Amino acid sequence: MARSGPPLRLFQNWQAKLAATPMILTALVVFIGCSLWTVVYSFTNSRLLPRLDFVGLSQYERLWSTPRWQVSIENLAIYGICALVLTLAIGFLLAVLLDQKIRFEDGFRTIILFPYALSFIVTGVVWQWILNPDFGLQHIVRSMGFSGFTFDPLNDPNLVILALLAAGIWQGAGLTTVIMLAGLRGIDEDVWKAARVDGIATWKTYIFIILPMMKPVFATCIVLISAGIIKLYDLVVALTRGGPGIASEVPAKYVYDYMFGNQNLGQGFAASTMMLAAVLAIIIPFALFRLGRKRHV
Amino acid sequence: MSDAAFPARAATPARTAAPRGRLLDGPAGVAPTRRMNPKRIMVYGGLIVFSLYYLLPLWVMVMTSLKGMPEIRMGNIFAPPMEITFEPWVKAWSQACTGLNCDGLSRGFFNSVAITVPATILSIAVAAVNGYALVNWRFKGSEVFFTILIFGAFIPYQVMIYPIVIILREMGLMGSVWGLVLVHVVFGMPIITLLFRNYFSSLPPELFKAARVDGAGFWGIFLRVLVPMSLPIFTVAVILQVTGIWNDFLFGVIYTRPDSYPMTVQLNNIVNSVQGVREYNVNMAATLLTGLVPLTIYFLSGKLFVRGIAAGAVKG
Amino acid sequence: MAQALRAAAPTELDGISVSIRDLSLSYGSVEVLGDLNLDVQDGEFLVLLGASGCGKSTLLNCIAGLQPATEGQIFISGQNVTWAEPSERGIGMVFQSYALYPQMTVEGNLSFGLKNARVPKDEIRRRVARAAETLQLEPLLKRKPAALSGGQRQRVAIGRALVRDVDVFLFDEPLSNLDAKLRAELRVELKRLHQNLGNTMIYVTHDQIEAMTLADRIAIMRGGKIQQLASPDVIYRKPANLYVAGFIGSPPMNLLPGRLEGNRFTGPLVADVTGYDFTTRPRGPEVVLGIRPEHVRTGAAAEALPIRAEALVEVVEPMGADTLVWAQLGQTPFRVRMDGESRVRTGDRLSIGFDPASLSLFDAASETRL
Repeated sequence: MARSGPPLRLFQNWQAKLAATPMILTALVVFIGCSLWTVVYSFTNSRLLPRLDFVGLSQYERLWSTPRWQVSIENLAIYGICALVLTLAIGFLLAVLLDQKIRFEDGFRTIILFPYALSFIVTGVVWQWILNPDFGLQHIVRSMGFSGFTFDPLNDPNLVILALLAAGIWQGAGLTTVIMLAGLRGIDEDVWKAARVDGIATWKTYIFIILPMMKPVFATCIVLISAGIIKLYDLVVALTRGGPGIASEVPAKYVYDYMFGNQNLGQGFAASTMMLAAVLAIIIPFALFRLGRKRHV
Repeated sequence: MSDAAFPARAATPARTAAPRGRLLDGPAGVAPTRRMNPKRIMVYGGLIVFSLYYLLPLWVMVMTSLKGMPEIRMGNIFAPPMEITFEPWVKAWSQACTGLNCDGLSRGFFNSVAITVPATILSIAVAAVNGYALVNWRFKGSEVFFTILIFGAFIPYQVMIYPIVIILREMGLMGSVWGLVLVHVVFGMPIITLLFRNYFSSLPPELFKAARVDGAGFWGIFLRVLVPMSLPIFTVAVILQVTGIWNDFLFGVIYTRPDSYPMTVQLNNIVNSVQGVREYNVNMAATLLTGLVPLTIYFLSGKLFVRGIAAGAVKG
Repeated sequence: MAQALRAAAPTELDGISVSIRDLSLSYGSVEVLGDLNLDVQDGEFLVLLGASGCGKSTLLNCIAGLQPATEGQIFISGQNVTWAEPSERGIGMVFQSYALYPQMTVEGNLSFGLKNARVPKDEIRRRVARAAETLQLEPLLKRKPAALSGGQRQRVAIGRALVRDVDVFLFDEPLSNLDAKLRAELRVELKRLHQNLGNTMIYVTHDQIEAMTLADRIAIMRGGKIQQLASPDVIYRKPANLYVAGFIGSPPMNLLPGRLEGNRFTGPLVADVTGYDFTTRPRGPEVVLGIRPEHVRTGAAAEALPIRAEALVEVVEPMGADTLVWAQLGQTPFRVRMDGESRVRTGDRLSIGFDPASLSLFDAASETRL
């Protein structure tokens, strides 16, 4: 039937609004609401139960004077920088190797990416076994005749980060490779033809022409890898449980242990708020950069 | 295309005809195929070295799980078993101890199934409808909510886990499988919504208009026009969600009780339990069992898996 | 408002199939359609023609109800449908990309709308059979769109509008995705269909050949406004303004700026325009004289005509049936379409001539026809 006037604004499109309720609730209640809740309660002295008893910044003061948090931050920084650089380097290198019109490309890609399908728990347990000092790598090398060989990262506070890196890159570099390979494939064939006509060596083309063209792909990879690094938790639990001692503690584990183990909620909230701040420090410039670029185009 | 190629080919002999004598001194005929040059060897060499890095852990896992403990204590973790035994697998599945229970990983397996199946179905259903509404039925603010949703994907879970404990407790879902399902629906929403939004916006908008002219409504267009033509993207979403939910550890350990722990949590408890003698072969069998579901999906789905993570990642 | 309601009185809409009253549409501050008025007669074939971004597709979407208008009213078959759902408007629509439902058979595509409207099964079968017969789709009914050629797909898309048994058909660039040969074939088929059915058809295109061959009337649009609404013949012979003059015709009309004093035009050539059918008197002396390349005579045929000049040939493009000559008239480029038999070469001096009755004069300031 023909209507004479426009339908009411609120009811326009009401089915879509109804269908989007889960999304709206998730966005508002969980992502904004819960985050704000935690930030607010990080200024209280909640212990076993959350209480609105504000104590200013004292949770943060305690947090930053706790050696375990300091070690966690230090670990995360070292692990983060190494993992980021290594993952990007390995990912790009593998993508370039896979891009050489090789045989069995699908096979190699399947091998490189399969760990990504596994959980961090599985990854951690496997590498724990490979790095086991009595049976794993150290044992093998020693039994080959190098009896003085020592490589026991799981029990060496200085090397334990290496174990995390080996396992973390094993699990995650495949994703970077696949994204970079997609990026390489997305580059116009004519660029390669032009470089060949100009007589530029392949490796030079990759470094001076292709690499700068891959900036957006690198940006995406950096964001993804960084988000993964900050959330680093399962792998530590499965591989080292934070040990030896507190040598491989990370912030996410600190949060979990204080919230659910030590019944010191305020510390957990303060620590998680610090994690949120770190993420915002990465995400906001990136978002502004992308927004700015969209405006210019 | 072929029309354009023809005159070009015809012209070539005419042009080479004149300076023939000089040209004949140079290379002629088919270019030699270089099957293996140093560059190719480096490429394949590099790939094989990396492949070893990726494959060795898998190899070690399988080999260890098929050995008896005496052989493990004596030998080399890379060596294949001298005597194959499936006992570690049996033990891991039905006898390994976690805390109080000693009924193996089977409990965790069925818990994980009970979590993954509804969580996958629900999260995809919700996200697909979200994506559809975002593309075809925009309303005031819809893009704002979507932006918040995508930003939310980057918020560390640690910031939100405790308030969610309170919410689940209030809803009476804390510790139950359904509480965990709800959590997975919520945290799976950003990436899957993005996936569907991108897919639906790649479809011709005329299709949607035609369906409206044909009198189909919100659900009619979605269920009868869009869903039947979106099977590939649904498959991608299923792959992403099943592997993601199956592999989750953090939410499982927080929001469920020991008797409803998912497989990953149980695996960690078996392997990293402090009591008792460490049975590495059982641990490896348990690890493989836990990884079996996502690995099977990965090897069966092949390119769709790649497409899924690429679609989720590159456009994000 | 009261005026608009009175306008809706049935008597005023007699014989009018689609009526658009003061329609405007803006996104924020960007005006896409501005204060549009348009009446389409019953059984008329109206073409909306314009360059991309002129608002023609938007207008069609407004008529279809796929795009809510900001202001104004739309009447279809005497009903005010401004706020009605697309399916309630009594329209059928055909899209450029066919927009066939890929997972349904041809039959399923044709019957989907009827099923949604809860038409009885027998009736659906009858209407699908009739449409299939009209469009020669019978052997294809069980196929899926992927198994059809482009032309067949477009026929299915037309069939989907046909089965709806509606008064008004809307076409959104329906032939643009087809190759040139098929486009010409389907163009004729569409014209035949219109003659047989007698429905009102509103047809959006950017292709002037399609517009000229199909339309009873053409509305030329630019910047969300209708520049001229007239029969193809009038649009071709008497373009209402400089934009229409430059838009229609390939190659377009030669436009020569100059001054008009009395009936004497002075510019790149000097001409006495006595015999030109003025619609208004010129407001100033600055004018633009337009003459279509195909209305220019050359050589001996030019001698007898009242306006004559000499042009220098620069480029010759023989096209078989006719030859296009790019010449210079003093410093101004000048195009002439000649017979295919004529032999002209670069550097020739070509004597040209034309009749004042075949030219167009525009006011230089307002760009409108004199």
